[in-house]
Amino acid sequence: MTDAVIATTPPTVATGGGDALYPIRHLLEALVAPMLALAVAASLFSVFLLALGQSPLDFVDLVWRGAFGSWFSWQNTLQRAAPLLLTALCVALPGQLGLVIIGGEAAVVLGGLAATLIALPVAGAGPFIVLPLMALAGSAMGGLWIGLTGWLRARLGVNETIASLVLAYIGMAIFNHLVEGPFRDPASLNKPSTYGIGDGNMLGAIPVLEVHPGIPVGIIVCIACWVLVFRSSAGFAGRVTGGNLRAARLQGLPVSALMIASCVLGGACAGLAGTIEVAAEYGRANASLAAGYGYTGILIAFLARFNPIAILPMAVLLGGLGAAGGLLQRRMGLPDATVQVLQGMIFVSILASETFYGRIRWFQPRGNG
Amino acid sequence: MNDATMHAIGVEAIGIGKRFGAFNALSDVSMKVHPATVHGLLGENGAGKSTLVKCLLGYYRADEGSLLVDDKEVTIERPADADALGLGMVYQHFTLVPSMTVAENLVMARRNVPGVIDWRSELAQLEDFMRGMPFKVPLTVEAGSLAAGERQKTEIVKQLYLQRRFLVLDEPTSVLTPQEADEMLGLVRDLAHSGQLTIVIITHKLKEVAKFVDEVTVLRRGKFAGAGLVRSLGPTDLTAMMIGEPHAPADPERLGAPVNEVRLEVRDLRTANDGGRAGLSVDHLTVNAHEIVGIAGVSGNGQKDLLEVLGGQQPMQSGTIAVDGTPYGATRAESQALHVRVLPEEPLRNGCVPGMSVVDNLALRSFDRGETKTPRRWLDRAGMAARARSMIQAYGIRAPSAEVPIGVLSGGNVQRCVLARELDGVVRLLIVANPCFGLDVKAVAETRARIMAARNAGTAVLLISEDLDEIMELSDRIVVMHGGKVVHEMPAAGADPQEIGKHMLGHG
Repeated sequence: MTDAVIATTPPTVATGGGDALYPIRHLLEALVAPMLALAVAASLFSVFLLALGQSPLDFVDLVWRGAFGSWFSWQNTLQRAAPLLLTALCVALPGQLGLVIIGGEAAVVLGGLAATLIALPVAGAGPFIVLPLMALAGSAMGGLWIGLTGWLRARLGVNETIASLVLAYIGMAIFNHLVEGPFRDPASLNKPSTYGIGDGNMLGAIPVLEVHPGIPVGIIVCIACWVLVFRSSAGFAGRVTGGNLRAARLQGLPVSALMIASCVLGGACAGLAGTIEVAAEYGRANASLAAGYGYTGILIAFLARFNPIAILPMAVLLGGLGAAGGLLQRRMGLPDATVQVLQGMIFVSILASETFYGRIRWFQPRGNG
Repeated sequence: MNDATMHAIGVEAIGIGKRFGAFNALSDVSMKVHPATVHGLLGENGAGKSTLVKCLLGYYRADEGSLLVDDKEVTIERPADADALGLGMVYQHFTLVPSMTVAENLVMARRNVPGVIDWRSELAQLEDFMRGMPFKVPLTVEAGSLAAGERQKTEIVKQLYLQRRFLVLDEPTSVLTPQEADEMLGLVRDLAHSGQLTIVIITHKLKEVAKFVDEVTVLRRGKFAGAGLVRSLGPTDLTAMMIGEPHAPADPERLGAPVNEVRLEVRDLRTANDGGRAGLSVDHLTVNAHEIVGIAGVSGNGQKDLLEVLGGQQPMQSGTIAVDGTPYGATRAESQALHVRVLPEEPLRNGCVPGMSVVDNLALRSFDRGETKTPRRWLDRAGMAARARSMIQAYGIRAPSAEVPIGVLSGGNVQRCVLARELDGVVRLLIVANPCFGLDVKAVAETRARIMAARNAGTAVLLISEDLDEIMELSDRIVVMHGGKVVHEMPAAGADPQEIGKHMLGHG
């Protein structure tokens, strides 16, 4: 045996150039993954429908007609989408910092209640005074409520998901107590409500289009949040915190303050959603506010991968599903919960699709690295 | 198996190929390990060493090639197959259950653990077994309370208890003091030479190879790069085989002596006890301008806490930290004002945001400050990209594009990014932790050269490292920590590793 062998051909050295197309493929990956998830959810839901003896094609047709088939159904869709734009931000903004907040529902109802209560004593001052005050009070209340979760997380290390959920129950209980007790309008018999803010102070639909006034507000807030997250220094610091907490700490970033601030902002959005619902729809705070917008917002934020701009189409999609619910019930005899079953399937598929990222070679960077 | 059949076995891998997708982790690699020898498996990070042994041990299935055990062809499809043949491995990171005693760990690892364990008879058998061992480990002590060297020995005893006759040790000395490493490797070599066991050591420490290894196989970038008897190969041959170039990179040059100007001063620093482990208790520690102070110590003796306190990740109970005489609390404003930078260990995990782009990661220090140090509320995306381009150029960072997430870069390139970012501009104090952990030879040399260059330019450097060789090479002054305290301090010139090792263990 020889004492030593040395390979004669040197191992090849990898070479490669730049990968200019990578950003485009990266973007495509972010679009393809949720689309695949939606396709999977649709297939699962088809099985569910077939088990009920219904045709999935009829279902699609009805959803289309119920949600987007006419200007009337569009109005219905947008009316539902309006609060969802804001409640999704309540999940997406903390989500950028790696926090999963699921208690937006309480911020909606408490925000709506605070807005109503502040309007009552000054109702005579006219809408130009009353509405800004309401927006201020509603978003402050929502911000305070979710901010409390952020504070518990940042300062005491309490799991924010559990804390926000528990606080949501507490918030709902407080809301019910106040609406059914101290602030109840004795005239509201079947549905305990507060006194009304007065018809003169209501927010009307957008002229000509007859669209819910929450839509322009939601679009503006979503765009503003996108700018904040992706173009401001504070947003950058927040994304660093969400991407790697250890790196953020090592860079001396104020991670606790950033966490609390993102929760306050998110809560303020949800509180604003409640305010607009009161100002545009109900004119008073009552159980109608607890329509599940806070929970659907979670689904939308995940569908949008916490990107405030991507929330816009997703909120319309989910708003449309909700709008078609009534038609589905009437025409197909499907149970009330059908839409929730579909939402649940979408949610699970979206969560599962997270594992898709980085798996498909075509989407990955090429060349050196 | 019984005692009569206990003998060291030889293993030969022939023409092994393994692909992960389109990536060739191994192609046509052969390794012949003679029975009752200590075989060194050498190569840089990513050379395919662990892929090869994982194929041997059934964690991966080779796509090509064959395996011979004692000259008979075998198929190893799963770890249980390797186990049945008597092949085992000791991992770099300990796999003992810390809250269980050594005896419990040993019995639990057996494949045929009875439903009800008769501890009295098990203990008697274990004591019997231990008498036949060349080194002793206490059976009734919790594994978590053993020193690193003891734990390493326990891992090896466990493999012998499981009747393994062929043992792979993955970087076995990376967490040991020089004394512990020498002792452990000596024992292992004796076991092999007595004919009980065949050993494969995965390592990159050439000193250990020269001292304890009989034969080596060297891999480079997934291919066979050479093999032979250690006595006929010098360190230069081995290095040449490992990195594919005739010369190892030169050690960085130290220019000038430390200046008597205190940059970092830590006084009476105390931190809370952590789950029974003593907190920090550092009475006095200074780093001067133009000086590298190396903190040596066995892993888990307070170095990590010190780093966390200096990095603002852990609060202190009492004491003062001052940089240039100004109290320092590691906030962003303070680190920017006093020009303090940190090179963390495992840069991707501690210093980068894997999902954000190279441009964004290179801007982590500067995104919120304008050219004139004024706070910046809105990101200057064009400026960030321009600065990133110049850093990529200056530090030779190889990336498919500056917009890819930094997580897709190789370890060496991630390290270059962090170096570029942390050494950019004026740096008065640089805090460094295990900077070369997991890097290949060239990246290690580059990193050390950058740190030395910063020191030569006047930066005060605090170097916390578990690699004593690195500390000896880079430091001007060495400080030894044990149990959260500074127990010894000496100039690096002429320092004796054995002496340092003694202090690391708390003796002396």
